[in-house]
Amino acid sequence: MSTRARWIALFVGLTLLFAFPLIGDRFYVQFVSKILIMTIFAGSLNLLVGYTGLISLGHAAFFGFAGYILALYSPDTEAAGLLTSLLLSVGSAALLALLIGLLVLRTGGIFFIMATLAFAEMLFYLFHDTAIAGGSDGIYIYQRPVLMIGGWQPLDLANSAHFYYLALFFSLAAIACIHMLLRSPFGHVIVGIRVNEQRMRALGFDTYRYKLVCFVISGALAGLAGYLAASQFGVVNPETLGWHLSGSVLMMVILGGMGTLVGPVLGAFSLMMLEESFQSITKHWQLLTGAVIVLVALYLPRGFAGLLRKRADTDKLPPPGAGGSGTPAAAERPHV
Amino acid sequence: MSEVVLETRDLSRHFEGLAAVDGVSLSCRMSEVHAVIGPNGAGKSTLINLLSGDLRPSAGSVFLQGEDITGLSSQRISRLGVGRSYQRTNVFLPFTVFENCRLAAQSQLDTSMRFFRQALRYRAVSDAAMRVIEQVGLTRQADKPVETLSHGEQRQVEIAITLATAPSLLLLDEPLAGMGAEESVQIVELLRTLAIDHAILLVEHDMDAVFALANTLTVMVNGAVLESGEPQAVRSNRLVQFAYLGEHDFEPNRV
Repeated sequence: MSTRARWIALFVGLTLLFAFPLIGDRFYVQFVSKILIMTIFAGSLNLLVGYTGLISLGHAAFFGFAGYILALYSPDTEAAGLLTSLLLSVGSAALLALLIGLLVLRTGGIFFIMATLAFAEMLFYLFHDTAIAGGSDGIYIYQRPVLMIGGWQPLDLANSAHFYYLALFFSLAAIACIHMLLRSPFGHVIVGIRVNEQRMRALGFDTYRYKLVCFVISGALAGLAGYLAASQFGVVNPETLGWHLSGSVLMMVILGGMGTLVGPVLGAFSLMMLEESFQSITKHWQLLTGAVIVLVALYLPRGFAGLLRKRADTDKLPPPGAGGSGTPAAAERPHV
Repeated sequence: MSEVVLETRDLSRHFEGLAAVDGVSLSCRMSEVHAVIGPNGAGKSTLINLLSGDLRPSAGSVFLQGEDITGLSSQRISRLGVGRSYQRTNVFLPFTVFENCRLAAQSQLDTSMRFFRQALRYRAVSDAAMRVIEQVGLTRQADKPVETLSHGEQRQVEIAITLATAPSLLLLDEPLAGMGAEESVQIVELLRTLAIDHAILLVEHDMDAVFALANTLTVMVNGAVLESGEPQAVRSNRLVQFAYLGEHDFEPNRV
């Protein structure tokens, strides 16, 4: 894709997203809101998986925990303030990420994956098996958080269009924030850690601290997504902490393209839209979803984002089967 | 005499009973090139790993400018002004030459916990990167990913990122290995210039380079120091010649 084609695609995409509540019916507006929330969640995980090279299988811990904080903070009879509850939820998710990160980042490789999974499962069972927040049934948020400025309420989260624009705003803000982060000295350090952590240490970087800060930022963003998800449907249950959700969001990152800015967006849209359409066709929709994931893994190693790469980037790679591929037959053939 | 930058006392490292480095005491002064030679398996690379903090010593001490740095982590030692290069190229292959050096130079910021301004806007860091790229002679390759460069050029990147951290002590582990003749000459010249205001500990198999650069020469065999002193004196030592003659990697006609 040329640079111009990419700008056009971006413009068309954004226009569609902004105009969607004006044309789409309520069900689909809610559905796309849900996808927008997942773009934040997938983007937060991409920061770890795609950029820092830390594969977490327990990222739902921060998503679900932020939702629980909102539910526990919300009074039964009146609405919670949006700004206060948002800061509290995201802050709690960040704090949880700090605590878990301090421990899991002492490990690496497969042990890191297992440790993240283990902590998320501990949290899952804490909420599932105890009476905190309704046990396995979950907990309701009877009144959506409200944003009040003086006596004026600019946003009504029960209104699906209002909620949609809030989700869109946070999704774009999260992407802008990640973009800024990646271009900063901090961003260059975390990518350096993915490529060669040992050399980063030898160059004087305290890689543990950088990974920890990245883990906390990622946890906070996942918490933002969890907060929005909880306020969209007004219910939080242990499933929002579970490994199933952690796996789904990892799938979105891989499907969309790890280590790219648009990857998580493409991944969230494609996976959720595929699931939605397969569900309307057959009861065995997960088989179809699985098949698509296998095909992408086989034929699009860079995910859907790989399709958007500049033409010049792909031209640099030698075409398959071209000379110099090292096959004996090619080497013996005389040059014509 | 100028100040002692690096000093080791009875430095040892054992791997399951095998003494890879065995009671090594040596020192390196400012403006001195201290070359360490010896057959393969003599413990030269292990010695460098002990000095850089990549490995922890089993016994003995390391002093940097008089301060005990024994057992500190590699990132701490790097921050104290020790730069090391690796025998096997250990860089950021997918990054450009410039980004490799820029990232290394970025370690000179008091912290990289900076989240807002673009990394490329830190002019002092970029300038430092361009300086070391010029020093090793890779200016024309600056924007190429390192993985697309030749083996010899990748070796030059290895040296460049070591220099980019602005160290006062350089630990160079076979910097010339795998380089073409032309690049070797250029790097030897560079090391000669660097020796003016650095302390350099040089492990190298290229004897022409060693004798062209070294002020002090230490010969290691089986983890221990066999002989150490002024290069010409060491060269004429019979024990040294004997230790070397059986080794396949040794080129006796060069000594």
